[in-house]
Amino acid sequence: MDQKTISIAHFDIPYFQYLNPQGDIEQELPAFAKDPATVVALYRMMVLTRVFDKKAVALQRTGKLGTYPSTLGQEAVSVGMGAAMAKEDVLCPYYREYGAQFWRGVKMEEVLLYWGGDERGSNFAENREDFPICVPIGSQTLHAVGVATAMKLRKEARAVVTSVGDGGTSRGDFYEAMNIAGVWELPVVFVINNNQWAISVPRAEQTKAQTLAQKAIAAGLEGWQVDGNDVFAVKEKVKEALKKAREGKGATVIEAVTYRMGDHTTADDASRYRSEESLKENQQKDPIQRLAQYMAKAKMWDQTKENNLMAAITQEINLAVERFDNLPMPSPESMFDHLYETLPQAYIAQREAVKKGGSA
Amino acid sequence: MKAITLVEAITQALAFELEHDKDVFVYGEDVGVNGGVFRATQDLQKRFGKDRVRDTPLAENMIVGLAVGMAAQGLKPVAEIQFMDFICAGIDQMLSHASRLRNRTRGRLSCPMVIRAPSGGGIRAPEHHSDSMEALFSQIPGLRVIIPSSPSRAYGLLLAAIRDPDPVIFMEPKRIYRMVKEVVPDNGEALPLDVCYVLKEGKDISLVSWGAMIHETLIVANKLASEGIEAEVIDVATIKPLDIETILQSVEKTGRCVIIQEANPTCSVSADISAQIAELGLTSLLAPIKRVTGYDTVMPLYRLEKHFIPSEQRIMSAVKQVLEYA
Repeated sequence: MDQKTISIAHFDIPYFQYLNPQGDIEQELPAFAKDPATVVALYRMMVLTRVFDKKAVALQRTGKLGTYPSTLGQEAVSVGMGAAMAKEDVLCPYYREYGAQFWRGVKMEEVLLYWGGDERGSNFAENREDFPICVPIGSQTLHAVGVATAMKLRKEARAVVTSVGDGGTSRGDFYEAMNIAGVWELPVVFVINNNQWAISVPRAEQTKAQTLAQKAIAAGLEGWQVDGNDVFAVKEKVKEALKKAREGKGATVIEAVTYRMGDHTTADDASRYRSEESLKENQQKDPIQRLAQYMAKAKMWDQTKENNLMAAITQEINLAVERFDNLPMPSPESMFDHLYETLPQAYIAQREAVKKGGSA
Repeated sequence: MKAITLVEAITQALAFELEHDKDVFVYGEDVGVNGGVFRATQDLQKRFGKDRVRDTPLAENMIVGLAVGMAAQGLKPVAEIQFMDFICAGIDQMLSHASRLRNRTRGRLSCPMVIRAPSGGGIRAPEHHSDSMEALFSQIPGLRVIIPSSPSRAYGLLLAAIRDPDPVIFMEPKRIYRMVKEVVPDNGEALPLDVCYVLKEGKDISLVSWGAMIHETLIVANKLASEGIEAEVIDVATIKPLDIETILQSVEKTGRCVIIQEANPTCSVSADISAQIAELGLTSLLAPIKRVTGYDTVMPLYRLEKHFIPSEQRIMSAVKQVLEYA
């Protein structure tokens, strides 16, 4: 027997792309994408992130860094996200977000220090309200809603951006964060940096959901998907979501679809689980190549400019590595320095023992 | 002035801080209109509004994680976890973030936050409502773990916890929420943290305890007094960081020590106190230390809980053994 049903809820996941993989324009560009200075700044930061990344992997191979997670291939998501934010906004990033961090003023030597095994790398000289990168997967999304709650309670016109990987969207933290963001109408933007891999587990084994963006729907939020290798799309949509957040119109979830072209970390070997074909196919969609092609077609760029940029970036990175190399080691007893605001009496003897070389 | 219970003292402290510090934000499951399942936040939403006292969706990890974000922005979140047992879902945020954000950022960001949670057994509660978890949290560097044992200490220690610049787990002994009443002046005066409180001085034996077990410990001490034995009763109050000095000084005087806790004995707070006395005060001891504790079992459902929680008789028996040791 036929049962009578009516549809009581509808949802739709829009997809945004301005530049296709060949660097051709798919739809009317936002104004900033026609401004050479802005476009070159985005390009410069993406290239810097990639060259830095290569350098960091090399430093790990020589023993100067510990395990390091490469951001190769994800530069447009990260830089676009950072570039969409206002200085006074707050970033709660996942751990592969150097592009956004650099844009916001985190120094390359700080990132090197962190992965070089030194907490001082998270004591950012600038953007001091931003959270450090977060290793426990997805847990940063809850800090983001906490920061957003503070902003809302104080009636500030600021907002928070938090990023999470495709694997992170399987965690309760992510659902709990979206849920409270919906109920409390918090000024926060969730960017899902969908690079298709959670170490060796592919996106298809992470969830049956057709898109990750639609996870927003159950929390009462809007979910959008963008081409994560199109820096224009990322920047424009994150900016739009931030504007919405600052105007008190609530949170948005943006899934940026990209591809992790490197290993999970320097301790990983992706050839164990990822096919050459998959990598090659995605290399055709490279975010930096794409922007370079657009810039060339728009007559914003040429080989001389490219050469000058590479020379400048290489020098900048070398200087950062030098500053990283030259920073004196922390004292052993400094592990007690920031345990509490004031070290309790109970631990003073332990600190003294460390100071004396370990003997009580 | 009217005498109030321990839970009323909690409410009084929360109200005082909400009144005097605009950065204080009280939230959790059912803390709003309902005033909390134990009424610890009774009428606070009515008095201070929904922007200061707010119900949350039911998600403990979110409750703790939210506090980390707010605290990093300089607010002073005071969150209620409805029963201590449910905090397990939020341990990642306590251990991976709240307790170490200051250290991770070399002091750039910090977490001045309080997580309040009713703790322990003895109220015929359902399953998963009666555990004592102070040892679990005492393992976490960067945290403070506090348990009051009277209305006045609940008031003074909670004020101190909220004003403390570091994260605090404030365990509320729910068995004694309404057991005794005291006059607690609402003067906003905090009590010192990181110190033990000597509730009763004595020269013959040191009885060290905290939280609800202070109640039975004091009864035993008073019975001993009627036999002419002077027991010194120490309320540890701040479980972490531990004020071992006060305990060592007491043991130096008495030479005998019994530690009383409701929690399981293995790797517990009483185990640590015993170890520290052995390391730092062994020569003061005239008898082996004795511990009176719950057991290394699952906290039983309420038909058997009185056999788990140390009784006056068990404490007295341990005290007598320690006193009679040659």
